[in-house]
Amino acid sequence: MIRLKVNGAPRQYDGDPDMPLLWYLRDEIQLTGTKFGCGAGLCGACTVHVNGEAKRSCQTTMKSAADKDVLTIEGLSPKADHPLQVAWRQCNVPQCGYCQSGQIMQAAALLKQKAKPSDADIDSAMRGNICRCGTYQRIRQAIKQAAEVKK
Amino acid sequence: MNRIEVVSRRTFLGSVFSAGAFVLAARVLPVRALTADVDKAAWRPSVYLGIDTDGTVTIVAHRSEMGTGIRSVLPMVAAEELDADLKMIKIEQAIGDVKYGSQNTDGSCSIRDFYDAMRDAGATARLMLERAAAAKWGVPAAECKAQSHQVAHTSGKKLGYGELASLAAQQPAPKKEELKYKSPAEYRYVGKELPTVDRDDLTTGKGIFGIDARMPGMLYASIERSPVLGGKLKSYDDQETKKVAGVKEVVVLPGVTPPHGFKPLGGIAVIADNTWAAMKGREKLTVQWEPGDNASYDSPAYKQSLLETVRKPQKAVRNIGDVDAEFAKGGKTVEAEYYAPHLSHAPMEPPAAVAEFKDGKVMVYAATQNPQAVQDTVAAALGIDKKNVECHVTLLGGGFGRKSKPDYVAEAALLSKAVGKPVNVTWSREDDIRFDYYHTVSAMYMKAAVDEKGRPTAWLQRCAFPSMMTTFNATTTSASGGELGMGWINVPFDIPNHRAENGPAQHHVRLGWLRSVANIQHAFAVQSFADELAHNAKRDSVEYLLDLIGPARRIEPAQPTRLSAKYPLDTGRLRKVIELAAEQSGWAKKNPAKGRALGIAAHYSFLTYVAAVVEVEVDSTGKIRISRVDYAVDAGKVINPDRVKAQFEGAAVFGTSIALMGEITAAKGEIQQSNFHDYPVARMNEAPLETRVHIVTSDAPPAGVGEPGVPPIPPAICNAIFAATGKRIRELPIKRQKLA
Repeated sequence: MIRLKVNGAPRQYDGDPDMPLLWYLRDEIQLTGTKFGCGAGLCGACTVHVNGEAKRSCQTTMKSAADKDVLTIEGLSPKADHPLQVAWRQCNVPQCGYCQSGQIMQAAALLKQKAKPSDADIDSAMRGNICRCGTYQRIRQAIKQAAEVKK
Repeated sequence: MNRIEVVSRRTFLGSVFSAGAFVLAARVLPVRALTADVDKAAWRPSVYLGIDTDGTVTIVAHRSEMGTGIRSVLPMVAAEELDADLKMIKIEQAIGDVKYGSQNTDGSCSIRDFYDAMRDAGATARLMLERAAAAKWGVPAAECKAQSHQVAHTSGKKLGYGELASLAAQQPAPKKEELKYKSPAEYRYVGKELPTVDRDDLTTGKGIFGIDARMPGMLYASIERSPVLGGKLKSYDDQETKKVAGVKEVVVLPGVTPPHGFKPLGGIAVIADNTWAAMKGREKLTVQWEPGDNASYDSPAYKQSLLETVRKPQKAVRNIGDVDAEFAKGGKTVEAEYYAPHLSHAPMEPPAAVAEFKDGKVMVYAATQNPQAVQDTVAAALGIDKKNVECHVTLLGGGFGRKSKPDYVAEAALLSKAVGKPVNVTWSREDDIRFDYYHTVSAMYMKAAVDEKGRPTAWLQRCAFPSMMTTFNATTTSASGGELGMGWINVPFDIPNHRAENGPAQHHVRLGWLRSVANIQHAFAVQSFADELAHNAKRDSVEYLLDLIGPARRIEPAQPTRLSAKYPLDTGRLRKVIELAAEQSGWAKKNPAKGRALGIAAHYSFLTYVAAVVEVEVDSTGKIRISRVDYAVDAGKVINPDRVKAQFEGAAVFGTSIALMGEITAAKGEIQQSNFHDYPVARMNEAPLETRVHIVTSDAPPAGVGEPGVPPIPPAICNAIFAATGKRIRELPIKRQKLA
């Protein structure tokens, strides 16, 4: 039996311990805000926080998530008013929106480490998150805007 | 009535604007289809519009949302003419139904094809509301004016749209010539940068995509397919598969014969309790395939055959003057060959759908650009009538043309029928890259005879590529008129002798349209060659391009279409975007340093005029950074400038992926790429750092926006690289070239 917390709520899981956290979130507990993009840690669409750090949930097995705190886009802010979410809306970032959960979770981890990231910091933190619609310019703008608010 | 609504698909626009009006989306979709709200409205002045007695205005979004904002933007056209209050507007996504007209969200034509219809829907409702109020009050209709969700009489009395809905429903529908449209000065929504209806859901993980659709009792499928198109299943062993916890069944889907159309590819489906178990069970299959004829497909050899084809005379598809006579004069000539590889769409959401077959009917939730094609394809696959296929359209995690082809939806329907439960089919990224409907592979040969000023007196352009029409007619070997009409036979240059040719090419993979389609290779060759000639003549690239285009005039189409009269090709508008992009980019003041320079390209596609000036920096190791893109765009009338800018910002990135890194190759018929490590797309650190979009204000009819930003980017990047380094790129992707 694997125990973990997802968005603050205690959970138990007794299935395949090698199942990636991604599929547990999506198929077992219906938190579909975390997306499948590549299954290989190459695109960042599945990014969540595990004990406060950005992790690719497609590369995180359930056994390695045991006793950890998992935070998904659904749990980022109860009122959906995390400074990044606000900035994302102000900048009208999303196009199709599919990668945006992962982008926001990755950016949230960045802002925890660097309150005011430079362009190079943003490139380095966000290069693992692909947006095929090409919203990168607005993502960069929204991260900077959120950083200003947080400061 | 105890029903679960898919709230995110029936969103009140007001929620975007009023704080705290946040709605939770249900995670389980209804077992049986709901009656659409618009069908229950008290009054239905248009197929796209319903008005209820409480004043709720339901506007149908019949086009698919894959990131353009169309499901928000198009309804605003109706809302504008109705002068409806945004807080009272509800947008409802249509199921697939011919009554809405074409729902194929493709070809950058949603606004262009439905602007008039949505405008008429709003204007019709407004006039009927005014007439209903006039009848109720016993006053002339001319004294009544509908504004902000109320009809007001000159005396000051007012009635809300909801109060008038039932009365308005009694009014005879006005004739089109009776309709009065607002003047642009009166616009509240059109031309304004309104947020989209899905914006909040897409920043909170609440948006429902095809991959997120759920039905009670649903199972998950992963399908193993022949690595070579048309390969036959010889044998398989699923003993190990069935030992995987969660695996329920293994189902063989029969293979198909050409033409492939939208038919499912066939294969071995592993069906399980969850996606992971299905994928893991699939890995345990042992399968033998008979590869068949397409195993002959090898990209290096095929490339040589295409190049050989374009080195020889081919069928003329457009001919002005006599290029041969001009070349025979023996003057100076310039020649070049270009090559562009296959590309994969790679939307971030791979193809995904859920289907339930029950009592001879199918209900589908799919990320699809074309729900009516879903109806046709599923009906054909299951041998049922199309009216028994109900297709609900989810949000699409990107489309780019891939999701117009609903093979994956038919897979879900076939599997649901086989196992008697709803089935979710999710393609892995490897499936997506290896079994796509690829953008074609192409070779282009260009030759010009030039006068003493370096201006062409004759221009020959020859292309060869397997046509995407081979997907529908397997014996086709030449390009279709539609493909040649994309920047090949309509090159608007002022050259006395001008011939375009097209040579034959065989296909070995499924081909399809990818964002901007044949414009990609055509713009690459034409706009690169124009720049080569400019440098050859030692002339400024912008000045030279304007000289090639010649004076402002209307060009008779080589191949008139239904749109030719309404949208004549106007070189004055093309000149203007080139001048605007040059001006905004500081072209005249450009000061190329070693390794940093500007490049320009201009291309007319989807009835829109686009020029792009790109600034590149190439460092001593050959690494490229695109520091800035300045687009100038004349797309006619613009409904939402912010969404137009977003489409062009995205097109700059999409075009960058094509230019720098996009390449699909085959060996022995098998696609060699499989995921983002070997089919890379532009990441944040590779994308243009800044893209500025300069929109030309225009009253011309609205034209395309989603695609026309893509074609100028690869040649503009290549032209900038030449200016920066002296290295001419004639073959994509650029990553194959040594720049240092």
